[in-house]
Amino acid sequence: MFTETLRALRPTAVLLLLVTLVTGLLYPAAIAGIAQVVLPVQANGSILSDAHGNPIGSALIAQNFTGPRYLHPRPSAAGKDGYDASSSSATNLAPGSKDLRDAIAKRVTTARAEGMTGDLPADLVTTSASGLDPDLSPEAAFLQAPRIAKARGLDVAKVKSLIAEQTEQPVLGIIGEPHVNVLLFNRQLDMLSATTSGK
Amino acid sequence: MTLTGWSMILLFTVLIIALAKPAGDWMYALYSRKEMPLGFLERGFYKLAGIDPTAEQSWVGYAVSLMVFNLGGIALLFAILKLQGMLPMNPQGFGGMETLLAFNTAVSFVTNTNWQNYGGESALSNLSQMAGLTVQNFLSAAVGMAVAFAFIRGFARKQASGIGNFWVDVTRATLYLLLPISIVLALAYVVMGVPQTFGPSVVATTMEGAKQTIAVGPVASQLAIKMLGTNGGGFFNANSAHPFENPTALSNFLQMITIFVLGAGLTLTFGKAVGNIRQGWAILAAMMLLFLVGVAVAYGAEAAGNPIHHALGVAGGNMEGKEVRFGIAATALFAVVTTATSCGAVIGMHDSFTAIGGLVPMFNMQLGELVIGGVGSGLYAVLIYCILAVFIAGLMVGRTPEYVGKKIEGREMKLAVIAIAVPPLAILGLTAVACVTGAGLAGPAAKGAHGFSEILYAFSSAAANNGSAFGGLSGNTPFYNLLLALDMFVGRFGVILPVLAIAGGLAAKRRVPEGPGSFPTTGLLWIGLLAAIIVIVGGLTFLPALALGPIADQAQVAAGTLL
Repeated sequence: MFTETLRALRPTAVLLLLVTLVTGLLYPAAIAGIAQVVLPVQANGSILSDAHGNPIGSALIAQNFTGPRYLHPRPSAAGKDGYDASSSSATNLAPGSKDLRDAIAKRVTTARAEGMTGDLPADLVTTSASGLDPDLSPEAAFLQAPRIAKARGLDVAKVKSLIAEQTEQPVLGIIGEPHVNVLLFNRQLDMLSATTSGK
Repeated sequence: MTLTGWSMILLFTVLIIALAKPAGDWMYALYSRKEMPLGFLERGFYKLAGIDPTAEQSWVGYAVSLMVFNLGGIALLFAILKLQGMLPMNPQGFGGMETLLAFNTAVSFVTNTNWQNYGGESALSNLSQMAGLTVQNFLSAAVGMAVAFAFIRGFARKQASGIGNFWVDVTRATLYLLLPISIVLALAYVVMGVPQTFGPSVVATTMEGAKQTIAVGPVASQLAIKMLGTNGGGFFNANSAHPFENPTALSNFLQMITIFVLGAGLTLTFGKAVGNIRQGWAILAAMMLLFLVGVAVAYGAEAAGNPIHHALGVAGGNMEGKEVRFGIAATALFAVVTTATSCGAVIGMHDSFTAIGGLVPMFNMQLGELVIGGVGSGLYAVLIYCILAVFIAGLMVGRTPEYVGKKIEGREMKLAVIAIAVPPLAILGLTAVACVTGAGLAGPAAKGAHGFSEILYAFSSAAANNGSAFGGLSGNTPFYNLLLALDMFVGRFGVILPVLAIAGGLAAKRRVPEGPGSFPTTGLLWIGLLAAIIVIVGGLTFLPALALGPIADQAQVAAGTLL
């Protein structure tokens, strides 16, 4: 067994080195090279910019909205204050956790104070797995439409039709769930307000 | 549960069955040493490494090569993690990893586990992610496949002294299977929105004026092999729940397909190699049977939701720790897929699943991940159970059992029992240690039965080389870093070594032609027997522990008990 161990040393060293070179450096570099040239937007994180070219966030990453004029994303457990895109995380609270129940109860109370009635969609009052979930279910978005419409002086029907328009449907009708991207929706909302007030 | 949810699950199942044959054929070409395109690359590797590719190794030689290679891999990865602060490609300027954490991480990635006691985006440089972790994502999968190939040769060869050449098997699996498919997948993921950049984090000013630092990196290249190699170690802390690591429902579907495809294909590689592909289909059928039962239970539990939250006026299924774009059906399916194999990537937090929804992934790992299983490791694990199943069938009729033309005798049975008994011993033994020590009890965040589940899940995941977690457990302590590393090591090599020993013994035997008295190992009777034995052995071993954890947890939640 000793000679076999000795004989394995050189192949071990050389293979580790070669595979590190090929799969650890060349492969990611080649993918990055192609991606940066052909698909620079996606390759750099689908960053959105304002009119001056300053980044305002990523189309794929949740950011917080608290004002009544905007659609609010799901609650977040990423980082200390939530929505920390350099520290994705979930609560990892157990189904029987008192902390989890209390947190949900508090969010339900807030929703009721805003005038939301009936059973609430679960995504509206629970935190996501990444803490950066960029989406809401259409149901959770529709419930916020009256608040947004009131704050912006818009027709509720108009806000609701924008939600319906911005809802992405499952691929082939079965892969995925209908969802609204909160950040993209809010950008549309600002554009809608701009054109409406311009009239 | 919804019709669309089940349609997606059935589409997934059909695609896996359809892809198994081409994948199995591809791997058969590697197994049988068929000359591949760009053969000069392979020969160049052998020349530099001083390997004679035509030399056959005995099982001992094969095992020694494997152990030296893996220990070397652990040492190299440990060094990279420890020294990353002084190495290039570190745009966020992270320092070296703490020693025990680096040790745990090195063992974790070399054993194909990818248990992570750190958050990737806040601890690792790009160099560590690529030249450290990605490399072992390739190699640990290639090693698993090599062991599967060696085991297949044990059944397929007659009166042979060798079981192949470890170096050749690892090189070919890496160069001609894992790497080319990963290149295609990585580019597909970029198209879907997965970043691939060496730049630093993006600092954005949000629409409401807050500052948001957005971590990016070479994610796509790591993601591709993380799934294909059933590794599961995330670039980001949230793993494949992170929108950058899984931007759409379609990228998610592709990830699930690639977790399963090689493991499913290997069953047919086996069938082809032993001269009867129906032997492979029979194994795949037993696997898919167990898989669909697991999906039905997990999906049912998650869709039913949490009565404690329903009482607050919240509708529908359990969405805590899940992402809207995937929804409940895909998250439940993914949880089963990732634990049926040794992947361990997650798109939802298993700790926040309902108790029964969390029981399914835990039980999958405790069975030894042989429902499809890890790349290579799934096949050798299920073949051990095939040996056990023919042995039990042989006892019933009083004949020496045989499997695909090889007589199963005392030596094979002793070694098979070691391979079956070692992981449960590690899981239950170490869980017990954690439950009676202060350092162990300091780990779980949850109280009561669910806290016990967090510990049991961790040791099940590590021994099965899965790597998913009930994330509430604080694993980055000296106690857990060391014990989980031990658990991963024993769970990996405590199975591989007996498997190679069986392979060596079987290869030396004659092949006996199938006679009228042979127990048929194709057909419905065999599929049912194999599935039943897997569930009974796993159930007998783990039911008491599961009763203390998820089952007690479910009863408490149903009664509305809050902890």
